[in-house]
Amino acid sequence: MTLHPMISALRRHKAGVVLIALQIALTLAIVCNAVFIIGQRIERVNRPTGLDENNLFLISQQWVGAPSGDDPASVDKLDSLQQADLAALRALPDVASVTPINSLPLLNSSWNGSVSLQPGKDLRAGNARTTFYFSDEQVLSTLGLHLVAGRAFTAADVQHQAMRDQREPSIVILTKALADKLFPKGDALGKVVYFNGDPAPTTIIGLVERMQVPAVGSWTSSFTWYATLAPTRLNANFSRYAIRAKPGRLDAAMHAVTPTLYATNRMRVLDDDSIKSFAQIRADAYRADVGMAILMGVVCLILLAVTAAGIVGLTSFWVGQRHRQIGVRRALGARKIDILHYFQIENLVIASVGAVIGLLLAIGLNLLLMHRFEMDRLPVAYVLAGIVAVLALGQGAVFVPARRASNVPPVVATRAA
Amino acid sequence: MFSYYLDLALRSLRRNKALTALMVVAIALGIGASMTTLTVLHVLSGDPLPGKSAQLYYAQVDPQDIKGMQPNKEPPDQVTLIDGLNLLHAGRADHQALMSGGSVPVQPEQSSLDPFYVEARYTTADFFAMFDAPFLYGHGWTAADGEAKARAVVIARSLNDKLFGGANSVGRTLRMAGTSFRVVGVLDSWQPNPHFYDLNTGSYAYGEQVFLPLQTMLELRLDRNGSTDCWGNGGGGVGSILPSDSCVWLQFWAQLDSPAKAAAYKEFLVHYSQDQKALGRFERAPNVRLRNVMQWLDYQMVVPDDVRLQNGLAFGFLLVCLVNTVGLMLAKFMRRAGELGVRRALGASRRALFAQLLIESGVVGLVGGFGGLLLALFGLWLVRQRPSAYAALAHLDLSMLFTTFVLAVCATLLAGLLPAWRACQIAPTLQLKSN
Repeated sequence: MTLHPMISALRRHKAGVVLIALQIALTLAIVCNAVFIIGQRIERVNRPTGLDENNLFLISQQWVGAPSGDDPASVDKLDSLQQADLAALRALPDVASVTPINSLPLLNSSWNGSVSLQPGKDLRAGNARTTFYFSDEQVLSTLGLHLVAGRAFTAADVQHQAMRDQREPSIVILTKALADKLFPKGDALGKVVYFNGDPAPTTIIGLVERMQVPAVGSWTSSFTWYATLAPTRLNANFSRYAIRAKPGRLDAAMHAVTPTLYATNRMRVLDDDSIKSFAQIRADAYRADVGMAILMGVVCLILLAVTAAGIVGLTSFWVGQRHRQIGVRRALGARKIDILHYFQIENLVIASVGAVIGLLLAIGLNLLLMHRFEMDRLPVAYVLAGIVAVLALGQGAVFVPARRASNVPPVVATRAA
Repeated sequence: MFSYYLDLALRSLRRNKALTALMVVAIALGIGASMTTLTVLHVLSGDPLPGKSAQLYYAQVDPQDIKGMQPNKEPPDQVTLIDGLNLLHAGRADHQALMSGGSVPVQPEQSSLDPFYVEARYTTADFFAMFDAPFLYGHGWTAADGEAKARAVVIARSLNDKLFGGANSVGRTLRMAGTSFRVVGVLDSWQPNPHFYDLNTGSYAYGEQVFLPLQTMLELRLDRNGSTDCWGNGGGGVGSILPSDSCVWLQFWAQLDSPAKAAAYKEFLVHYSQDQKALGRFERAPNVRLRNVMQWLDYQMVVPDDVRLQNGLAFGFLLVCLVNTVGLMLAKFMRRAGELGVRRALGASRRALFAQLLIESGVVGLVGGFGGLLLALFGLWLVRQRPSAYAALAHLDLSMLFTTFVLAVCATLLAGLLPAWRACQIAPTLQLKSN
């Protein structure tokens, strides 16, 4: 079949053709970008933190009336309160291990700084940004981190200091990503680095495979995997404990900790948010992303449905309008399948025009979003998939009216309209 | 004439139920989605203090050292303690308040209640008058009380209900952070949205439970929340240690009742910066900003990106729905070419036909708008189920209700214009002959 008669027929329906093409173009532009956003959000939400997240939970609590001074006596008092809590928690039957820690990945409360290869106050910017996790010798086992080189902390390594104490740790464990950034040759183990422009050196004693920073905001994108573990218990009037429950005993362990902590020391604040499973922390951190992805998905589906319905409606109208012409074609020898193909190809032509316009619109929209919302460039694959999708949608939508057209009997040609 | 056209429109719409339903549903979905997101946007970008916000100004000066200076860079978002106190004591504005946020442990007298932490605002005496905070009982503290580091506290209504059973608690004692405070006032429910005066503690649905004199906080070294930015080797301070003078961590607000006063105040900030530079404290050339509430919210881009993105998406969606409706309406009107030809031949003017068709599309718009309203109410209900801080604020107000209908009817009338115009171009003779 040649396209020429079809195109001259379409010229008589300019407004309808333009509208369908425009609708397909807009749908393509919006759906491509929305699906791209959904994909990005899903990728973000699904990235592993590097922790063994099952059976892990966190306690955040504050003491009331605890000393707030900076003097050694106050710091020692705070540390003894913390040690008492740790001992009580470690004695629980459902608990596998406990570690004090200032934050966890996805918790959105972070202590960030810089790490450099040279000492000196004027190097505060450093060679890389990093986030600090202050913890003790049980940190690797409690969090389920994989040590890939060097050694873990021992009880003898662990220091304690006031939270405002600016001293840097003498030994640290880094994530492999951070070590590779500082020492691209991969020989970080045993090397010396300097934190926050401090002159005191710190030795790298171990590397863990992967550990995410606490915050999930876009401002952390430059150092998402650059974590530093320090063998230090921080002493302040609040504390956090990460707890690994024995397999399958998470609920029991989470219920047991509140009475245990109150029995250890009544003068503290534990509220509804104080005890959180890691699953809950993860859900909280990514709730907005998941919500956005669902919303975008629903809007895309409705959009595609509306566009399909529009194609059905307009094509049905054309079929009704050309009832007699179809009869004439049939009477002149066209088969049913020829009529069916005519409408299908007609739709393909219109949808292709729409897809080309939509391609340009999609790229334009992406540029606008990049300009205004810190978006990434839309990969070509998304646009190509989108084009295939709208062409398929058009074919699916046109099928029913086209079938009806192909069923017009030749005898219609002989009747007066 | 109008009622006759309306009757014709309804007949015509009933004749082709599927097509009519498709148009109404498309309009309703488009309107529903865009009104839901527009309402959220409207609520989030709303004026927290209507009528007053234009007179409240947020002051910024640039006390940073010369290192890392770039021309045309904004000064820090907050002020240092020393600058804040200098500006406060200069008293050049009609009212001024210096403030920061924190949290304090409350130790209730009732043994049935465990100690708990509440959000606190450490501020100066003018705060309540400047921000029109409504008092249920009592009043704020005076500037003299503040300077005297009075152990005075203003509490929120919800805390008053919790601790004192809602009674007038002025004069009662409240123990916080190991110190006894005297309740001087109880605020009625008050929660400006956005939380404009300090955006560091969360922009929406955030309210302090206790308000304490800043000077008292400085003496007692109560815990701070919010953001602290330092330069040079300034220590940020943790716990009871205050940030050094090379850290910004407080907000300074000034009430300036006329634009002339605002201009004069900005001059004053420039002079202040010059003086501080002469004294050797400031190293940079004067770099000051003075923004009123709405300008400040705009500059801080307080509305979340996702909300703006959703709004854009919804309007794109509405656009597709409208294009869809134009197409369907066109099909519908063209199909009735015969009927319209007869009416033209019987003497109806083009204008009359045009009016008739526009009324038909208007009816679709009105019904679609109503459906859209129901969908928007449902959509907002869904938004309220979400856990974001601003979720609870998502309600349709009267102005948005009105906007919904205007948007729906205008959109469909606009969508009806082209099809109606096209249908009116039909030459009556041609139609009659071909039939």
